[in-house]
Amino acid sequence: MDALIELDDVEKTFVVWTKAGRLRRTRTEVRAVDDVSFSVEAGATLGFVGPNGAGKSTTIKMLVGILVPSGGRISVMGVDPSRDRVAVARRIGVVFGQRTQLWWDLPLCDSFELLRHVYRVPAADHRARLTELVELLDMGDFLATPVRQLSLGQRMRGELVGALLHDPAILFLDEPTIGLDVVSKEAVRAFLARLNRERGTTMLLTTHDLVDVERLCDQLLIIDHGRVIEDGTVEGVKQRYGTERVLVVDLEAPGPPVQIAGVEVTRIDGPRQWLRFHRDRHTAASLLAQIGAEASVRDIAIEEPAIDDIVRGIYSRGDDVLGVSAR
Amino acid sequence: MSLDPPDRHGYRHTPRSPFGGRSAARTRTTTRSGEAHLRLYWEVARATARRMTTYRAATAAGVFTNTIFGFVLSYVLLAVVRDRPIDGFDATDAVTFTFVTQGMLMVVGIFGNEEIAERVRTGDIALDLCRPYDYQGWWAAAAYGRASFYAWARGVPPFLAGALVFDLRVPAAAGTWVAFVVAVTLAIGVAFAWGFLLQLAAFWIIDVRGPSQLGWVAAQFLAGTFVPLALFPAGLEGVARALPFAAMNQLPVEVFLGDRTGGGLLAVYAHQLSWLAALVALGRLVLARAVRKVVIQGG
Amino acid sequence: MGDPGTTAGAPGPTTAPGATEPTTAPGTVAHLRIYRRFVRARIRADWQYRASFFLFLAGQTLVAGADLAAIAVIFTAVDDLVGWSGPEVAFLFGASGLSFGLCDLIISPVEHVGVHIKAGSFDTFLVRPVGALWQLLAHDFALRRIGRLLQPAIVLVVSLRLVEVDWGPAAALLVVLTVVCGAVIYGAVFVVTSSLAFWTVETQEIANAFTYGGNVTTSYPIDVLGTWLRRITTFVVPLASITYLPAAWLFDHPLPSGLPRAAAWSGPLVAAAAALVARAVWALAVRHYRSTGS
Repeated sequence: MDALIELDDVEKTFVVWTKAGRLRRTRTEVRAVDDVSFSVEAGATLGFVGPNGAGKSTTIKMLVGILVPSGGRISVMGVDPSRDRVAVARRIGVVFGQRTQLWWDLPLCDSFELLRHVYRVPAADHRARLTELVELLDMGDFLATPVRQLSLGQRMRGELVGALLHDPAILFLDEPTIGLDVVSKEAVRAFLARLNRERGTTMLLTTHDLVDVERLCDQLLIIDHGRVIEDGTVEGVKQRYGTERVLVVDLEAPGPPVQIAGVEVTRIDGPRQWLRFHRDRHTAASLLAQIGAEASVRDIAIEEPAIDDIVRGIYSRGDDVLGVSAR
Repeated sequence: MSLDPPDRHGYRHTPRSPFGGRSAARTRTTTRSGEAHLRLYWEVARATARRMTTYRAATAAGVFTNTIFGFVLSYVLLAVVRDRPIDGFDATDAVTFTFVTQGMLMVVGIFGNEEIAERVRTGDIALDLCRPYDYQGWWAAAAYGRASFYAWARGVPPFLAGALVFDLRVPAAAGTWVAFVVAVTLAIGVAFAWGFLLQLAAFWIIDVRGPSQLGWVAAQFLAGTFVPLALFPAGLEGVARALPFAAMNQLPVEVFLGDRTGGGLLAVYAHQLSWLAALVALGRLVLARAVRKVVIQGG
Repeated sequence: MGDPGTTAGAPGPTTAPGATEPTTAPGTVAHLRIYRRFVRARIRADWQYRASFFLFLAGQTLVAGADLAAIAVIFTAVDDLVGWSGPEVAFLFGASGLSFGLCDLIISPVEHVGVHIKAGSFDTFLVRPVGALWQLLAHDFALRRIGRLLQPAIVLVVSLRLVEVDWGPAAALLVVLTVVCGAVIYGAVFVVTSSLAFWTVETQEIANAFTYGGNVTTSYPIDVLGTWLRRITTFVVPLASITYLPAAWLFDHPLPSGLPRAAAWSGPLVAAAAALVARAVWALAVRHYRSTGS
């Protein structure tokens, strides 16, 4: 079966006019998206990651029909969004983290009512769906409040509901947790994870917060300078690049750095030492045994590679991609 | 969305900080010396003028509007004057009056400018009032800066267009030109002072757009920009000539037409100067009241 | 108004697997219904600020009064303007102003498209299965803009009572057509000039040049204008057809440049052409936006 979303050699070139002298302007072509190809199966969640200006927003805009690609093929649920924007629009939900789709001076419930008509949702379906979502996101208290009086966390929940009222097959999220406090972020992530699990809603999310990716996504796409530099599962990327781990040992007493072949002591703080090792050459257990032979170990901890650092490493294109998480 | 219809001549300001522009930031001064202040105002005026030059399409369109108005109103006046000749106001006078008025509209700024009211609304006014310079002076400098740009960008082109079709009365004597420039300079001040007062209402009335628009439309009408005062019924003309608005348009144009020389010219300046002084003084008084209100009520 | 790249109105095969609703763009009727809902929600929200609404209405009426006062002053000086009496000129003024006011009430939100583009909210319109222009018009609807058409409406009604016309069904129809077609033509001008916002940001003044300039030109009988300008406003930029030609027909004045009396009824034709042009320009503008993203 064809994937739900498919991009084939998609390209987007912008023409930029820059001033060169008083009256003349030079024309430069900027390749925002350069031969991007990937696919997303139904029910998957894709994390779309990349530095600013990498081409993430441009790609998303092409997927939802805002932008028309300069080359290549896009297919969303079998439809080309650049040709049939409305057909795609009916079956997708979009949440822009930094913009609102709600009506600023209307109460939240009025916005939902208007959206119901935009998406032609039958009244009964709408009622049921709204009740369900409001309960899931704990929004009963502020349904009647005008949107401009809501806090960011409340508004973001409103945006989610607005995007899901018509039961879209795909949900596009552009920086959904930006600016939210920790509690709200967790609430949004938990909700989205549940949505994907229980309703099978396919999700495509761009984010700078890699914890979002860690918590929500099974697929990871890293884009930079308009090109895909990594396309795989989150676990796979971790496996492939997260080759190093850190063993944190608390010795009985402060002492000199532990000497073991192939192990680097990256930090010492009193009796605590951070030992970085390559997972293929050592196991934590064998290391522990070697250390224990020389000194008394009071406590240990193992730090796994975090997607944060992995991706940072991929961005910087270093050969040795670090697997050390920053504490 | 608080986006309002532009007024009749299509002029609308977007609120800007008076601190816009690099030169303004560079010359922000904390000394109180008079020279430093003057330098500051000069920079403000220059920065404002420079900012205006970036709006090329808008300026061109504005000239187009002024020109259309110039032609239509000229023809209407011609029809009127032909039917009912007025002493000392012949066809050439009528047409010249119209085009000079159109050119002067933006220079004198007889539309209002909502920047101050907007800053009151957002609360940024508190920042402005803390600054160690004369608040009224700052905005006056901005007004003159704008005027200097509009003088050649919007003032001259409509007149040239009119000159292509009509016989316009152009002053022959250099003295008349000088007198005219002085009158326009004073007119800018009077219009600014009036606008300043209107904007200060924002301290007491939440939505000052309504009263401000009314204040300006009344000013425009009584300044003779709709119909020259010469056409007004006698009683109304008398009233209009006594009010400050005549100083904003009618009188300077009369100077241009050569109708005001010697004693008449002095009378014009006297009228403009006394109203300028009165409105500026009133503005400072009201501003002081407003500042007290802000301080007491916390904004 | 339709949307580029979609089959307008005609039901097509569902292309989305599993979809049960039609997937083509809503037709005009569906759009009108959505527009009505949006507008009602806006009115309800604005109605909370009734006091300022009525104040604004009063203010706008007074402001428009200045234009009327100008005409009144003119007619204290003369009895007629190029053969047109006071009430007849008042009719021109009222009809023209009412057309403009109607247009302003419904179409003027399109002027804000530049703001939406800059803020990114235009994208929000494009993400929904509804035409972008309809959303734009509905989103920024403000009932208080009715203030703009109140005074010309009054002037028009009063002038109708004062002019000497043989009122039959044709005359009455012509008056209605004049106002409506005028509104459509002004609306087309608004849309076309606002479409420029997709290419440049300085559209406000450009739009005003045509709309305010147009309004002042049609408020007076074009006989008053010099021949060259009269010809331009009759044939090149057919402003004359908006109010002048119908008025000339109503008041038994000769039509300019030797046009036949039937030309007074050309309003609907001009309006239809203008609407088509506007629709095409808007579609072009949106297409441009979707390929350049700015």
